[in-house]
Amino acid sequence: MSGVTSSIMRIGIGLPLFLVAVASYFLFPGQLGLIAHLFILAIFALSYDLLQGHAGVVSLGHAVFFGIGAYTTAILGKHGVSDPLVVLVLAFLVSGAVAGLLTRIVVVGNDLTRLLVTLGIGFLFFEAANKANWLTGGADGMPDFEVGRLLGLYSFDFMGKTAFWYTLAVLAVVYLFLLLVTSSPFGVALRGIRENVRRMHAIGAPVNRHLAVTYIMSGAIAGVAGALLAQTSRFASLDMLGFERSAEVMMMATLGGTGSIPGVVLGAATFGYLKDMLSVISPKYWHLGIGIVLMLSVFVLRSGIAGALAGLARRMERRT
Amino acid sequence: MTTAIETSGLTVRFGNFTAVGDVSLTVAAGARHALIGPNGAGKTSLVHALTGAIPASSGTVRIGGEDVTHLSQAARVRHGLARTFQINQLFRGLTVLENVTLAIFERERKTRAFWRLAASDKAVIDEARSHLAFVHLDALAERPVHSLPYGAQRLIEIAIALATKPRVLVLDEPAAGVPAAQSEAIFERIHALPRDLTLLFVEHDMGLVFRFAERITVLVGGQIMTEGTPAEISADDRVRQVYLGRRGHHAAA
Amino acid sequence: MAGIVSVIVDGIAYGMLLFLFSIGLSVTLGLMRFINLAHGAFAMFGGYVAVTLMNGYGVPFLLLLPVAFLATGLFGAVAEKLVIRHVYPMPELQQVLFSIGLAFAAGAVANIIFGPQQQPMLLPGWLSQRISVLGLDITGYRIFLIGAGLVAAAALIALFNYTLYGARVRAAVDSRRTAEGMGINVSLLFSLTFGLGAAFAGLGGALAVGFLGLDPTFPLKYLVIVLMVVAIGGPGSIAGSFAAAIFIGVIDALFKYFVPEIGGFVIYAVLVVMMVFFPKGLAGGRTA
Repeated sequence: MSGVTSSIMRIGIGLPLFLVAVASYFLFPGQLGLIAHLFILAIFALSYDLLQGHAGVVSLGHAVFFGIGAYTTAILGKHGVSDPLVVLVLAFLVSGAVAGLLTRIVVVGNDLTRLLVTLGIGFLFFEAANKANWLTGGADGMPDFEVGRLLGLYSFDFMGKTAFWYTLAVLAVVYLFLLLVTSSPFGVALRGIRENVRRMHAIGAPVNRHLAVTYIMSGAIAGVAGALLAQTSRFASLDMLGFERSAEVMMMATLGGTGSIPGVVLGAATFGYLKDMLSVISPKYWHLGIGIVLMLSVFVLRSGIAGALAGLARRMERRT
Repeated sequence: MTTAIETSGLTVRFGNFTAVGDVSLTVAAGARHALIGPNGAGKTSLVHALTGAIPASSGTVRIGGEDVTHLSQAARVRHGLARTFQINQLFRGLTVLENVTLAIFERERKTRAFWRLAASDKAVIDEARSHLAFVHLDALAERPVHSLPYGAQRLIEIAIALATKPRVLVLDEPAAGVPAAQSEAIFERIHALPRDLTLLFVEHDMGLVFRFAERITVLVGGQIMTEGTPAEISADDRVRQVYLGRRGHHAAA
Repeated sequence: MAGIVSVIVDGIAYGMLLFLFSIGLSVTLGLMRFINLAHGAFAMFGGYVAVTLMNGYGVPFLLLLPVAFLATGLFGAVAEKLVIRHVYPMPELQQVLFSIGLAFAAGAVANIIFGPQQQPMLLPGWLSQRISVLGLDITGYRIFLIGAGLVAAAALIALFNYTLYGARVRAAVDSRRTAEGMGINVSLLFSLTFGLGAAFAGLGGALAVGFLGLDPTFPLKYLVIVLMVVAIGGPGSIAGSFAAAIFIGVIDALFKYFVPEIGGFVIYAVLVVMMVFFPKGLAGGRTA
């Protein structure tokens, strides 16, 4: 099977998802804002999955980059830089740069150290943003910054039409990019690190360098997701940086099936939808619910939705 | 005769315990050099220190005359030193082919490329298949490693090491954990390796050692007890005592 | 001058509480290799038990402490036996996910039962008085906390170094298989140790209500700082945890006093710096 053929097969799973997404524009015209939000969560979850599902690095502070993307957008908007695509690229660069600064401390050390460092970085940025309210608005967040017209033509309308197509387009680009990366020699190296890092050293692999690159990519893409959220909701708030959001992205990736790109998209969409429905009813019970689901998830359905579906497909294959 | 790899006063200490004590070992280029010794003699610690998996407490390691003592394991691989592990260290979730292509990608520094398809690099894939063909596993290339029998996995260890195009290959008990019939096959392949590749192998099975080694170093208690040709070693009383007990009734097998 | 000393005393008292919170996590991590991000939930449990008994049933303060200790210990041991021990052999990610879930669920349950507000606790009169020690006026409660911490540390060190139980734990930390081969019932040991760790956390939680306050965000609020104590002190080391806890408590108090604007998060910067230079913690290896 040639490389091109197998890659087309991998896109193949994403194609029906893409068609469903496009169809939802016509099926749920009153929910476009929510659906755009789901696309954004999918991008965020994909960025985390690159780091944890493919390279095997568990980070407890990934929301930092999401928040940096959002706040970069808000701050730029407040200073007159409002072209959505320009801001998007800038958020990508800023998040990536911050990730680059942090790689030295994240990549070093054993697993406990890394958990602690990523957790500490998360809280550090949260507290810093909290205190620096001259820049970030502190606990009140940053509302009403300027967001320009997309491509100079389409303003972000109330119904969410622009937001819908914008976020879907970015999701498609990110999705294809991750497919490419995971099918590349770099992607094989990441899987090697996840499978057996000892062996990687023994074949001369620059493991730390690979992890650093992954961390930067992952942070930059998370920044893109954060920027999209800020642009479509015209709001940047502290919770975008917080531990709960870091925990949520871990849940979304796990629910979907870590390492499976379409699975993570499904997981994020499902999670986002459930959260939207249930947390309004009662935030306390929502927290209890996700707590219980998380605890159960390590015993049951360990490979997430993607794993369950793959298992189902295998069983059906055996019958035919 | 040039030296492929040598150590000088190599010492490895874990706290108060000296696993490897002042070992000065010289392996000639193209050698078939065996390292033997009873359990706990420090053979694996020596291999770890030689390859850079653990730091040496003192002493030096040279590959082809170059001092690599302060280089990381990955750096030593780039100097031509590869190893196989006593207990399989494979990428179990990847296919057999991917295990080998990964080693080649790393060697060629192609793993920086996240914008190209791995499957489209014909040169790398062909080379990987040739390594797999050498260990007679090319038919199983697309299978995930975890689905293969243990003996086949031991051969993949060797294929991966070969894919790094080493000058010196250290084999840590290549037939460990494998039934006698399969260990023959493994050593047959080792025997078929090109002569310009230097081999240092740790082995327990005396039969295999005496058949395939041209030079033997005996390690006891972390120190070199003696060195010599197979004939010299099998005639050496001290070696017999260490392995076989004083009465020496057992055959050297 | 008096101001600084008072701040340091506060920091030491805070450190004692941190020690009580963290010691269970440190031992659990060292012994069972289990990363329990929800350990703070046990402290919270102890706190709510104490508050319920005092405010609901008028139980005197000194009696609250052993009750909170035992109740939390029992709760912890039962949870370990029923659920938590099944998570030990799982890979790191699963342990992290599970314990995050537990932390969220515990906070949610506390929120549902008690509501999100701070819990009041009336300290007995004899503890609220200011006592003069070496010319300084210190609240009696601070002294009580420091005393309690020292007693707990001494008891734990004695337990782990001079009793048969302690010897068994140290053996199992060193090598589980060897310990089992010697006939040590390792799984019972784990349950007891986990329960003990939970008990101390519960005691800390009960003591903390009058000093730090108590609300459902407790487990996550102190997560980082507790992990810091364990990481810096070295998992499995009691003396290390004690030193790290006091160190962190004092640093935190000093920074909050001198630079209140950034004081809160300097502690995270300290964490990052320490992890870069001491990835294995101050104590290094595993000793009790």
